[in-house]
Amino acid sequence: MVDVTARTIETAVPPAEVPDVELYHPKSWLTTWVFSQDAKIIAIQYSMTALTIGLVALVASWLIRLQLAFPNTFSFMDAATYYQAVTVHGMIMVIYLLTAVFLGGFGNYLIPLMIGARDMVFPYVNMLSYWIYLAAVLVLVASFFAPGGPTGAGWTLYPPQAILEGTPGYSAGIILMLASLILFIIGFTMGGLNYVVTVLQGRTRGMTLMRMPLTVWGIFTATVIALLAFPALFVGAVMMLLDRALGTSFFMPAIIQAGEHLKYNGGSPILFQHLFWFFGHPEVYIVALPAFGMVSDLISTHARKNIFGYRMMVWAIISIAVLSFVVWAHHMYVSGMYPAFGFFFATTTLIIAVPTALKVYNWVLTLWRGDIHLTVPMLFAIAFIVTFVNGGLTGLFLGNVVVDVPLSDTMFVVAHFHMVMGVAPILVVFGAIYHWYPKITGRMLNEVMGQVHFWITFLGAYAIFFPMHYLGLLGVPRRYFEIGQTSFVPPSAETLNIFITVVALVVGIAQLVFVFNLFWSLKKGRESGPNPWRATSLEWQTPETPPGHGNWGKELPVVYRWAYDYSVPGAEQDFIPQNEPPSALNGARAAGH
Amino acid sequence: MTVAETSHPTVPLARPSGLRGAAADWASDQRAFKTASWGKAMMWIFLLSDTFIFSCFLLSYMTVRMSTTVPWPNPSEVFALNFGGTDVPLILIAIMTFVLISSSGTMAMAVNYGYRRDRKMTTILIVLTAFFGATFVGMQAFEWTKLIMEGVRPWGNPWGAPQFGSTFFMITGFHGTHVTIGVLFLLNIARKVWRGDFDEERHGFFTARRGSYDNVEVMGLYWHFVDLVWVFIFAFFYLW
Repeated sequence: MVDVTARTIETAVPPAEVPDVELYHPKSWLTTWVFSQDAKIIAIQYSMTALTIGLVALVASWLIRLQLAFPNTFSFMDAATYYQAVTVHGMIMVIYLLTAVFLGGFGNYLIPLMIGARDMVFPYVNMLSYWIYLAAVLVLVASFFAPGGPTGAGWTLYPPQAILEGTPGYSAGIILMLASLILFIIGFTMGGLNYVVTVLQGRTRGMTLMRMPLTVWGIFTATVIALLAFPALFVGAVMMLLDRALGTSFFMPAIIQAGEHLKYNGGSPILFQHLFWFFGHPEVYIVALPAFGMVSDLISTHARKNIFGYRMMVWAIISIAVLSFVVWAHHMYVSGMYPAFGFFFATTTLIIAVPTALKVYNWVLTLWRGDIHLTVPMLFAIAFIVTFVNGGLTGLFLGNVVVDVPLSDTMFVVAHFHMVMGVAPILVVFGAIYHWYPKITGRMLNEVMGQVHFWITFLGAYAIFFPMHYLGLLGVPRRYFEIGQTSFVPPSAETLNIFITVVALVVGIAQLVFVFNLFWSLKKGRESGPNPWRATSLEWQTPETPPGHGNWGKELPVVYRWAYDYSVPGAEQDFIPQNEPPSALNGARAAGH
Repeated sequence: MTVAETSHPTVPLARPSGLRGAAADWASDQRAFKTASWGKAMMWIFLLSDTFIFSCFLLSYMTVRMSTTVPWPNPSEVFALNFGGTDVPLILIAIMTFVLISSSGTMAMAVNYGYRRDRKMTTILIVLTAFFGATFVGMQAFEWTKLIMEGVRPWGNPWGAPQFGSTFFMITGFHGTHVTIGVLFLLNIARKVWRGDFDEERHGFFTARRGSYDNVEVMGLYWHFVDLVWVFIFAFFYLW
């Protein structure tokens, strides 16, 4: 903290390097609300589509749980339906919900507002991004109604089984699934390029990268990862599509099925695993990094304290992003690998724990002696920290080859990744919606419904996934349609499965409270005003709430400080907005970042 | 703008040195790349992403070439043309490569003439580039036809590993698609240059972004990239 006079800081804001941009002004209802180029509208379109298709995945998870708890009970459930539910649940949750809602939803809404831009750099391309994403979702939904139903190959789509007779949906479902993924990647790339270039090149005066809120850092870095990781999935999807549709043998070795030599010869199934996980592991961080960023801002705002170790947080995000590209084969320990590679990938995997742990310490140190307001967003943020630590610790088990081999493909793995990249990011999605809903609509979400939603979801998630660790240690395999009679699974496991299923149904239904709240508060919620949380970052300083097209009225904001000036000694209020000129502070000692 | 004009820094800011300085430069105000337009920055990042796609394709090709147990057909013989009784290996590919590399030259000249505001020469050179590109795709179509007539299919061929045809059609097809898209965009840019869109800074379709000769350079980046990728495909697929 350098003590400089207010005057010098103010004059140190450099002149604008790029003239203010023009925007396309919509002329009709259609171009204002449907084919909109406004990032905020696109964000809402992305989020609503993602949450809607997410409800389908939620119902799929109910089907999985019903079968596991009550085998041979439901007439609508056979092995094929079960595997289709497993696949649809995983694929939608990871790609069509979490990736889309974090980057397409929050990315579109928050990036331009938080960095003081009028919109994304190329709004037309940004609009196309949403419509291609919608097409991808529709192709996925179409596969539900295709002959044979959606694919049941599991969300990893491992060949050779994914495209062979005997796997549900091998005729049409898998083709539509792969086509949908290819569309998703094309659509995402259009949006992703926009997010990255907007952050790099479109910031307002005074907004250096090291003054950006961590939310923007998280979304930005995740988008960079996605632009480099999705190509591997794209190539894998194209090659599997050719294997299925044209009979090539990229991933297909010579196979004898029912005494008959199939047309395939000489391909490499392991190649697909490498391509898939070169995408699949960074995907974990595509989902996690935006969550890290948002939770940092939520904690800082609701604890009225500056984030602890801002620079460290930024470098941790960047090093996690780099490391995420050199750990992918830890998903393949049981696929067969040269032992030295296992050693390499175990080492890199454990190294990731260092920057991640650093972030957790910094969140906790931000809370320490803070003026903690237990608002609904804050509850979700704190819940994220504990859930993430929990899921992260089991990651240390699974990252080690010798520990992973016996635990691989058991419920322990299911528990691990649901905690760390399922529940934890979803808690942040909820927290972030409660936090930013007032800016989007001008009204607060209902607090009581929010509390009900939070406690059922948080405690329920633990009740669901905590016992799964024990099931996994018992050796209960994942993805099995039914366990049947085994010597190593005790009958108590069945009771536990019933318990998990009952909780899962309750938690699922509790989400309706949240959905109801979203619509109810739109009309009946308390009016929030422009800055209900008294936060510092730019999106809360817009002239209108909700912000109009172009975000800032006539003049773009000028940024004088970082986003974390909370409880500054000597200041009149306990927060100083980023665009507050130093001359207005009457000598308060704001941080000179 | 008035605020901008009056607020030049009066005191030079302290500049850190070494790695800290590099980080500070990257993180500096408003823009990370001080000379790049938005379009140019976006094209560079797109090309980085596309590089990963082509790298994955080529690495996958190498992997299946190693994993297959059947001998790989000899590219020198497969890609030979017969002139007056003698087989000339790789002659068509050599011509295709020459044409495509030449088109990079005309593209670079088009960018230069564009910045000189020479509408006529710019248009001619872009159209010439598109013509070379179309010639390349045409020769590729000839090559595909010849191989298909000889019995090469994505799922098999008369000489050895079925992955030969699979990877050949997939990789050259994907690259040919890039060239075709490039040709279409080149023609569109040529039309805009000829019409004077970039001199008048006209709006594009359904957008508020204005055209400028920067667009020619951004188009050029894509075109050079497609050529560069071809060099790698040529080296790894035809020469190996």
